Amino acid sequence: MASVDQSERNRALGFVTPALLWVLVFFIIPFGVMIAMSLSRLEGRAIVPGLSGENYTRFFTEPSLLKGLTNSLEITAIVTVISILLAYPLAWIIAMRVPARYQRLALMLAVLPFWTSYVVRSYSWLLVLGQNGVVNKTLMGLGMIAEPLEIASTRGATVIGFVHFFVMLLTLTIYANLIQLSPNYARAAADLGASAFATFRHVILPLTLPGVMTGAFLTFVLCIGDYITPQILGGNNELTLPQLIMLQLGRRGDFPMASAMSIILMGVVTLAYFACARWLKLDRV
Amino acid sequence: MTAAISVVSVHHAFGSFVALERVDLEIAAGEFIVLLGPSGCGKTTLLSILGGFLTPTRGRVLFGDRDMTQVAPKDRPTTTMFQDYALFPHMSLLDNVGFGLRMRGQGRAMRHAKALEMLAMVGLEGKASARPHELSGGQRQRVALARALAVDPKVLLLDEPLGALDLKLRRQMQEELKAIQRRIGTTFVHVTHDQEEAMAVADRIVVMNHGRIEDIGPPQDIYLRPASLFSANFMGEINMIPASAQGGGVQTPLGPVALPPLGDGAQTLCIRPENLGLSGEIALGEARLTDAAFFGTHHRCHFTPTAAPDLTLIAHLPQGGHPELGSLHQLYASSAVLLPQEETPV
Amino acid sequence: MGRVLIWGYMTVLYGFIFLPVAVLVLFSFQDSRLPVPPFNGPSLKWYGQVLGDSDLMAALGNSFLVALVSSAVALLLGFLAAHALARYRLPGSVLMRGVLIAPMTVSYLIIALGLLTVFNKIGLPPSLLATGIGHVVINLPLCFAILYAAMGDQQKNAERAARDLGASEVRVLWLVSAPMLMAPLLAAFFLSVTFSWDEFIIAFLLTRFEVTLPVEIWSMLRSGLSPKTNAIGSLVFLVSVALLIVLDLVVFRKSRR
Repeated sequence: MASVDQSERNRALGFVTPALLWVLVFFIIPFGVMIAMSLSRLEGRAIVPGLSGENYTRFFTEPSLLKGLTNSLEITAIVTVISILLAYPLAWIIAMRVPARYQRLALMLAVLPFWTSYVVRSYSWLLVLGQNGVVNKTLMGLGMIAEPLEIASTRGATVIGFVHFFVMLLTLTIYANLIQLSPNYARAAADLGASAFATFRHVILPLTLPGVMTGAFLTFVLCIGDYITPQILGGNNELTLPQLIMLQLGRRGDFPMASAMSIILMGVVTLAYFACARWLKLDRV
Repeated sequence: MTAAISVVSVHHAFGSFVALERVDLEIAAGEFIVLLGPSGCGKTTLLSILGGFLTPTRGRVLFGDRDMTQVAPKDRPTTTMFQDYALFPHMSLLDNVGFGLRMRGQGRAMRHAKALEMLAMVGLEGKASARPHELSGGQRQRVALARALAVDPKVLLLDEPLGALDLKLRRQMQEELKAIQRRIGTTFVHVTHDQEEAMAVADRIVVMNHGRIEDIGPPQDIYLRPASLFSANFMGEINMIPASAQGGGVQTPLGPVALPPLGDGAQTLCIRPENLGLSGEIALGEARLTDAAFFGTHHRCHFTPTAAPDLTLIAHLPQGGHPELGSLHQLYASSAVLLPQEETPV
Repeated sequence: MGRVLIWGYMTVLYGFIFLPVAVLVLFSFQDSRLPVPPFNGPSLKWYGQVLGDSDLMAALGNSFLVALVSSAVALLLGFLAAHALARYRLPGSVLMRGVLIAPMTVSYLIIALGLLTVFNKIGLPPSLLATGIGHVVINLPLCFAILYAAMGDQQKNAERAARDLGASEVRVLWLVSAPMLMAPLLAAFFLSVTFSWDEFIIAFLLTRFEVTLPVEIWSMLRSGLSPKTNAIGSLVFLVSVALLIVLDLVVFRKSRR
């Protein structure tokens, strides 16, 4: 009996091993290499290995580099707050006011632009916000402005581009959360004398808060690590951390610095995780 | 403080499906009335209309003499106990029970005191700071009751509140519900599909089927003198023997029966199994005992009448007897009712 | 009053959501050189240019290839791992699950950089293969998580019955487990293909000569605004939506039965 058991366990281990190996070889080891790289230096065109933290100190002391981090944090914070404020009511309307047989359609329509590629989606905001774009041409055509407004290539455009994406994502996640609530909660609250607002404030909001926080965390992680949207829409003035990382790579081939900045990015995300850990009970997935 | 309810010609349709068909009902103040029927009969729809969660397609609902058909749940003098209790999971029991008072603007100290009082009434004052998920099903149900009664409603609506409980707990809760209702005197409107539960708690039972009221009255009346075949069948097992008017009585396959007939048409003679046995006022002729099973309080026996071998009659013979399979007996009924033949099978 | 507010809000928000896509599709039919107002057209010439652009078409094919192959690999590895961990309580299984999920928590930029660094060191040049490897890294956790969560008692019992009747392990997986788990398998595959197909940063850093579609579109952006970009974007979008509708009808009709 024991030998059959043992051979079965061995076979199970055999089944898990390929996946584990893949993650080990192509994720964990590269991560370790990156950490080592972040402690190395770039001299001329050669990479000198070592154990120096100078990349890290340089990052926190050079204003232009540190600004990248603060830009990223500010933009991400603004995007997260605005996206939640816009998405929650939409998700609520679809879940609570749209008749059941149209809800799937309403939801599908709300996330349809997901199916344009991410790059193309950001690009299309350029068409809307650019100097010759739809917004400017319309305002000028209506005679409301004489000169085109500079919307694209600013932080505002980056925020708009991000909010567009995350409103769709958060509508989906908040809807999934709302639809799980028993309709009797709202009925019971109303029955006991609560107005629509009181029902929302005392019952619906607290019950959906964990889901909202999970969505907020997801937004934070995806937004702060994104290179594409700021690069297309943000212009050259306020670079974000991912853009700076790519600059280190592209212009100078400074792998050590790029690695160090990536580790810092990861560190920020990890800190955010611990801040939200109360709501993110991942084992409940 | 309580109120009488008048349901006036209420008709409700969901699209093309008619859930309630011209229902008229008068509920007396302070009574414990049960809406009884199979699923789909419209009892829950009627309850939702009373609670204000649905506005009837036609008809009116009056509390006392105030027309409240269009009034929202929050402004009605009713509170509802939901089937899944709907206790707010993120609040303590104390806050749950005090919720309605908070919505009415009562201060913290007052509503906590009242909430504790209500929790004590259902025996849970020791768990006031617990959360609903820490409680058992029966305890949650009690909290739901306390919460609904904390606002002193004129009418309490109960939507199959005991469905999720096991038998023993259900019996216990039925007694407690009845006791609480007697004590506080609020009108209770209770929906269930369980006829035993209805009989356990009701002052009056309203039997519903396909959106109509089939029968209404105190449990004893409904059980012993049902108004229709559906009602008779729903309240418990019953023997149905086809009959037709003849002279001053009725003719059945078992012979003549001296009961005043219901008009000239086809009718059905109905006898409860516990009213069918080896002695009684109505003679039904000879029958052979073909099956018997011991049910604790009685033997449930199948009889095949000699005069009508196609019929099978169910009789409850006394606990102490020893029914022999295949034996012949004279059958008697001690109480029987004649009901009109229904066209659709019951 | 409430209804006005609700309809108003929905209109504004749906308008916001669809605005860039509407602009994209509209100006893909632009006749003049710039995909901005005024609209001259409609013209199909940019679509013609797209279909005639060999680099673009090659990139399209490459994206398909990488997406399908990497998703298949991720699905297979994830399925085997999920099956083994769901069925047996192996020592250190909590740790193993953590390791398999870990890549989901890391930004793609970091995964890309790590792989680039390592591939440079070992001399593996940027290529579709390198990209594919990266895509397996991001999709393996997803497939594993979906399948692990989907493996329940009903399916385990069926497998036990099959083994009891003499089936070998491989046959059990192929004839019993996989068919029973068809819905989550398809969902995981479909999601992986979607993520891989659209993925930019890993593909950008790990390809040079043969690129995927998002990378090719990116270089098109370098040369400025052009309705050609609109055309390829709209083409991909409309095909995806059509596929979605077909999928929805097929799946929805199946579940209606």
